[in-house]
Amino acid sequence: MKESFVAVIALVLIALIGAQIPGMQYLFGVVLPYLAFVIFLGGFVYRVMQWGKSPVPYRIPTTSGQGKSVHEGEVTFQNKLDCPYTASEVVGRMFLEIVFFRSLFKNTKAEMISGPRLTHESSKWLWLFSITFHYCFLVTVLRHFRLFTNPLPFFLKPLEFFDGILQVGAPTMYVSNALFVGALLFLFLRRVLNRHVRYISFSADYFPLFLILGIAITGILMRYFIRVDVVTIKKLTVGLATLQPAITGEIGSIFFIHVFLVSVLLVYFPFSKLMHLGGIFLSPTRNLPNNSRAVRHVNPWNDKGIKAHSYAAYEDEFREFMVDAGLPVEKELSPPPPEAEAEETPAEES
Amino acid sequence: MDPSSPKIEVLSKNVVEEPSLMTGAVPTKHWMDVPAVFSPGNYCYPGKPSIMAYHIKNFSKIGYPDIFGESREWKVEDDDWHLPKNWEEIILKGMRERLDKFRSFKIFMDCCVRCGACADKCHFFLGTGDPKNMPVLRAELLRSVYRGHFTKAGKILGRMVNAREMTLGVLKEWFMYFYQCTECRRCSVFCPYGIDTAEITMMARELLHLVGVNTNWIMEPAANSNRTGNHLGLQPHTFKMNAEFLMDDVEEATGVRLQSLNFNRKGAEVLFIIPSADVFADPGIFTFMGYILLFEHIGLDYTISTYSSEGGNFGSFTNNELMKKLNAKMYAEAKRIGAKWILGGECGHMWRVVHQYMATMNEPGDFMEVPKSPITGTVFENAAALKMVHISEFTADLIKHNKLKIDKSRNDHRVVTFHDSCNPARGMGLLDEPRYILKNVCNKFYDMPENSIREQTFCCGSGTGLNTGEIMELRMRGGLPRANAVKYVEEKHGVNMLACVCAIDRATLLALMQYWNPNVGVCGVSELVGNALIMDGEKERDQDLRFDALAVTEKNEEGE
Repeated sequence: MKESFVAVIALVLIALIGAQIPGMQYLFGVVLPYLAFVIFLGGFVYRVMQWGKSPVPYRIPTTSGQGKSVHEGEVTFQNKLDCPYTASEVVGRMFLEIVFFRSLFKNTKAEMISGPRLTHESSKWLWLFSITFHYCFLVTVLRHFRLFTNPLPFFLKPLEFFDGILQVGAPTMYVSNALFVGALLFLFLRRVLNRHVRYISFSADYFPLFLILGIAITGILMRYFIRVDVVTIKKLTVGLATLQPAITGEIGSIFFIHVFLVSVLLVYFPFSKLMHLGGIFLSPTRNLPNNSRAVRHVNPWNDKGIKAHSYAAYEDEFREFMVDAGLPVEKELSPPPPEAEAEETPAEES
Repeated sequence: MDPSSPKIEVLSKNVVEEPSLMTGAVPTKHWMDVPAVFSPGNYCYPGKPSIMAYHIKNFSKIGYPDIFGESREWKVEDDDWHLPKNWEEIILKGMRERLDKFRSFKIFMDCCVRCGACADKCHFFLGTGDPKNMPVLRAELLRSVYRGHFTKAGKILGRMVNAREMTLGVLKEWFMYFYQCTECRRCSVFCPYGIDTAEITMMARELLHLVGVNTNWIMEPAANSNRTGNHLGLQPHTFKMNAEFLMDDVEEATGVRLQSLNFNRKGAEVLFIIPSADVFADPGIFTFMGYILLFEHIGLDYTISTYSSEGGNFGSFTNNELMKKLNAKMYAEAKRIGAKWILGGECGHMWRVVHQYMATMNEPGDFMEVPKSPITGTVFENAAALKMVHISEFTADLIKHNKLKIDKSRNDHRVVTFHDSCNPARGMGLLDEPRYILKNVCNKFYDMPENSIREQTFCCGSGTGLNTGEIMELRMRGGLPRANAVKYVEEKHGVNMLACVCAIDRATLLALMQYWNPNVGVCGVSELVGNALIMDGEKERDQDLRFDALAVTEKNEEGE
């Protein structure tokens, strides 16, 4: 945890000092953001393609509810969203998973009390703060379209209106700012206070938390407390979006810190656990229908050469016992030596 | 019960009070610095050299000479496991191959965020409090090696990003903890990305096999199954004899001599495949009686094969190759017999393999027909490709069409609850059918609390080949969450019978109940069906299939 915190502080200092050096503003404001964006896109696509290269040999959905059967609605009641049978039901399951974090919503908390007695209680905190965090992140990203587009996209006005609906302060406080920081703090505190999670957490868990917190804090500082030249910033950001970037005046170090941390996040993203954004779409326990008996799933590396121990070999080994026990056999017992046979059984009968 | 395992009073106290992550104590050492220490009772015995030689010989013939490493004598508690000289290389190469063959493995190595939602979902964690039994940490045991050898950050930053080298200590840790996972998939229900520890455990076990690290409790039944057709190693005549003995018991209990039981009969419409324990061990034998009573009752044209006399598949606890080899018998025998479709008995992991793997592993079963119940005419479209139907689906359909003459009161001496076996629950979605049957053959049925049934069901604690006597304490701990939920309905509703659709359950829940809830018995669903069936020509029934006295009802009293 300490290393991660120090790393983020170091990043802040790098940007703070770096942006003071003449000429370096172009590096922090233009070069690095471009580079980071390219690495993010390229890295993301690369990772997803790497996953995609490995086949899905078996259809292994986790069936989290009743499956499709023959007397639907009478004997069985299919849970279409947790145990999909058709492609559209899979879309439904994935939609709920991705948009509403459905599996996380099912979370419970277990406790062992004397007896011994185990209790399992519904526990929605992780779900609540995770979903708050993710949606605030999304809203924040969408709000930043104001900086990159001209004219403004259609969703921006209503988004900003609702985000600022509390009408507190000037400039108006965005609800998403407060919730974002609140949710981040909860996720951090949970990581430290929940003994299960604390024991397994390491730098890759703390670093992105601190980094995103750093981004949020610098953004909030810029909006509410440390004045920056918004006109110059907008010129730069629109310039970035239209591939004609230019820094036309003094902007303020806080801006460069913010942008640098975002750049680091973009670069870090494809090579970290943050790729769960892509992974969820490809997860074979979630994105496949539970119809493996109805529709044959094909495994590209299935080896036809692996065959059962043959019936013939089985019968060869046990034929005598099988005949004795009155079990039908494919081949009769091999005849006794010819001279004995000639004495006892007429040849015609065999 | 093995004498080395603690008395219930001791264990009851230990699980609550001994310092563990479950009870509130946090280990002071980083988990990488806590070595796996083997002592009697916490590991399964290794595969016998003769058994391993048999598997290696079989697979060498078909181009897989290395999937079980080398057969040798080794002891788990010894420092030296007599591994191949280049064992690290074998493991890493095996890992690379599997990353390229299984998308699940690759994604699950990459995208865990360690949110911890899975932590307290694992029955082994709940029962042992051992941090490495948290699914997330179990996966990290493998993931850390993946990072150390297959990611740049891991290679450079090492321990700082929880990456490590493959060492003997890691291998031993894998052997310990990937044999404390029953691949029950409960964690995967709760994971926001669907990360399935079962997939990870399967990969880890495949890797361990590559260097000859294995357990006899899995390898010997698998060898038996290959040779004799069933895990127990029952040869054809013995299998037949055992099954026929049970007809005598059926006759004694019901007064009816069954005529339809037969074996290896060509031309039978339906090939019926059961877990072999059902002809061998109490209480599975009562389930078997239920099956054959049912078939006689409806006049089903079926046969049982001695060659394919095992529904279960211990190969599925080892690697893909052995799973496929053992499973292939089902289709081979259906083809030889000329069956129109296959009916499968009550077995958990059998149905994971049958439902999610079998159609894929085998060439299409087009030599058969889409299963159609000859009694009701129902076409099982949900099994259109595979041509194999679960006995609960089949029975529920019969009940739905009123094809069974049932006297529910014959199960009145049983207050029943139902244990969803992990595999039919989370690897198939078979939840309603057994309950539908139970509600139609018993008057007293009560479900356990909602967080312990259906897709949230708790494992018996002994699946995936962990049902061996040498790890009894572990099994009793791992089964505690299940036993605890049973206890709840025992106290609340007077439940005295735990029904299930799994042969491993019938064996392991029995031990579990004897330990934690001694007043609760264990039975297959089909046993209760058999009890309730009104057979043509039966005698006045005063005993069930176990020769336990039926509840005294007004009807009996009038009769007397």
